[in-house]
Amino acid sequence: MTVAERCAVIGVGQTQHASCRADVSIAGLVREAVDRALLSAHTTMAEIDAIVIGKAPDMLEGVMMPELYLVDALAASGKPVFRVHTAGSVGGSTAIVAAQHVMSGVHKRVLTIGFEKQSDGNAMWALSVPLPFGMPVHAGAGGYFSPIIRSYIKRSGAPSHIGCMVAVKDRTNACLNPYAHLHEPDWTLEKAMESPMLWDPVRMVETCPSSDGAMALVLAAEDVADAHDGPKAWVHATAMRSEPTQFAGRNQVSPQASEDCAQDLWRKAGITSPIDEIDAVEMYVPFAWFEPMWLESLGFAPKDQGWRFVEDGVTEMTGKLPVNCSGGVLSTNPIGASGMLRFGEAAMQVMGIAGEHQIDSVRKAFGHAYGGGSQFFAMWVVGADKP
Amino acid sequence: MRDVAIIASAQAPNLVSTTATPVEMLMPVVDQALANAGIARSEVGFWCHGSCDYMTGQPFSFVSAVDALGAWPPIIESHVEADGAWALYEAWLKIQTGEVDTALVFGNGRSSSSDINRILTLQLDPYVVAPLWPDDRSIAAIQARACLEAGIITPQQMAMVAVRNHHHALTNPYALRKGDYTIDELLQGALVADPLREHDCPAHADGVTAVVIAAGDAARSISAARGSRPAWIRGIDHRIDTQNLGNRSITSLPSAELAAAKAGVGNDKVDVAELHAPYTHQEVLLVAALGLVDSPDSSTSINPSGGALCGNPMMSAGLARLAEAASRVADGSADRAVGHASSGPWMQQNLVCVLEGE
Repeated sequence: MTVAERCAVIGVGQTQHASCRADVSIAGLVREAVDRALLSAHTTMAEIDAIVIGKAPDMLEGVMMPELYLVDALAASGKPVFRVHTAGSVGGSTAIVAAQHVMSGVHKRVLTIGFEKQSDGNAMWALSVPLPFGMPVHAGAGGYFSPIIRSYIKRSGAPSHIGCMVAVKDRTNACLNPYAHLHEPDWTLEKAMESPMLWDPVRMVETCPSSDGAMALVLAAEDVADAHDGPKAWVHATAMRSEPTQFAGRNQVSPQASEDCAQDLWRKAGITSPIDEIDAVEMYVPFAWFEPMWLESLGFAPKDQGWRFVEDGVTEMTGKLPVNCSGGVLSTNPIGASGMLRFGEAAMQVMGIAGEHQIDSVRKAFGHAYGGGSQFFAMWVVGADKP
Repeated sequence: MRDVAIIASAQAPNLVSTTATPVEMLMPVVDQALANAGIARSEVGFWCHGSCDYMTGQPFSFVSAVDALGAWPPIIESHVEADGAWALYEAWLKIQTGEVDTALVFGNGRSSSSDINRILTLQLDPYVVAPLWPDDRSIAAIQARACLEAGIITPQQMAMVAVRNHHHALTNPYALRKGDYTIDELLQGALVADPLREHDCPAHADGVTAVVIAAGDAARSISAARGSRPAWIRGIDHRIDTQNLGNRSITSLPSAELAAAKAGVGNDKVDVAELHAPYTHQEVLLVAALGLVDSPDSSTSINPSGGALCGNPMMSAGLARLAEAASRVADGSADRAVGHASSGPWMQQNLVCVLEGE
């Protein structure tokens, strides 16, 4: 058994996110994030050894394997360009695959990109193609996940306002993030509780938007990172797990793949008490109730107690475990980029470059993404010190 | 670098069309690959899948594939929107990190779900090129025409590529097209996209390939138990060219040349080359890009399987070339083999893998 090479994030760049970035093409959107990431890494495309691109279904924009068309925009001729697609978790999986390009010892500097330009297509249409061989769901993501949320509420006895508390927190945090899609400073719990009910118990305010956006990271091998004279975040551990969408007896509230993935991650990162050792969390929460659900599944909170963390303000920016200081998926959701935004925002907290939504003295941060029917999981821990 | 080898593979016969679901297509091939390796599902450290939503006409089409893997308890798994050969590359990297020792990689594609010739248009620049709907054959024909005009290829040479591949395919149970033809016969065929005739174009197919790879001692012990030998990956690299249809030489394959150099193809003799060149003229260009020689007295056997011309289930066909190359090393008929996969218009993206016996 060999020991993996060390790897660090030395550059982070994201676009301005919006419901429609009509001012740029797909290539222009990607370049906006890439240029910022390269600038932050004090490097240029000429020094990049490989590019790892992730996005969710190509049908969202109507371009088949768009990385082929993006070669010129990325100045990637003659380089390896690698494409990942693992459903909603893709942004996280892509960052992990990029990290493995470095940790394998094969590449020194790797650029990784997650993007989605949802306004170029119609996400609801692209996600609802009738299948010749499958059972049609036609429920959209909200319709799919709301029964699972109801199941969580019934099991845990959580009061009905918890989802709205998460939503108000994330939308308020987003006002401190200049790149966030939604800047809505006026939410209160009372107002949120009057938000229209879309899929009982999920209200509109508890639902992610549909965004155009991209996130790019520059990952570097140890010698390159050591020589880099800017902030960096060392990759302490990565983990991925998958399980089938449906089978009798499957726990969809806290899937086994989620629990296994988290336990594997904590073990690899040498973390025995996540709530005490993680200083900032960027978690994939497309519907507000997933915050308490994931807190439990990941091992931050005891079973059925995640909602108490929310109610007690533990996950506020001023709490013991700040969750989604960036505003999270609830404020910005370019699907293919959303996971990488979580991974990148976690790195930004460690690097101390998160601006107004920076938490003081973050030593270790956690990035998380999930996809499919809560069945694909990707996670990493990044830290200020070398692993 | 850790030593990593291809130790087993399995393929489904290439079919014009199938009514099987992706899961029904995948399960027997995945099972066969595991049986050929002689390992259990629980012994697979990492699973990686290559497929393409646009071929199935379905977003997230790969999600159901997890059902074919028996992913319970949960598995470490990933997916590339690319040929399965790139899934193998990801698995090779994963093994290099030391995280796992074994991986099962697979690629599947169902060309029959759509008009693949037209669907591939959607790979082009969505703003200024794709709206004109140049189809895959027409774009390949521009390249073939440029090669003819430049005097680097002749129609006879293109037909010879087809004659050889169809002849080789006679002994490949998975091939869709096969037969003995003469150059004169083929050149009588009708043009389908001037200067391309039917025999110049790939046999689009539905198909699946699965490959098992393993590191060092695991590869040795698994292969020894099966009475075969590991096909060691001595070099693997992939590169891409610009897609801009006016921005590169189309009478050469720069990214294939570069990937071949990085993988070390030219460091020693090549006994067998399995090339994923969809069109006849592209095989000629690729042979040159890899520094190989295609002639009756050459020591290199080009496409003993019949290649993509005789069966091109996209997203599986490239991995199938690697599997075919590895099988020649495993059975001792080759000591050094090259497997190749490609993607994109004018073979825009190329992966080259050098495999050697012990």
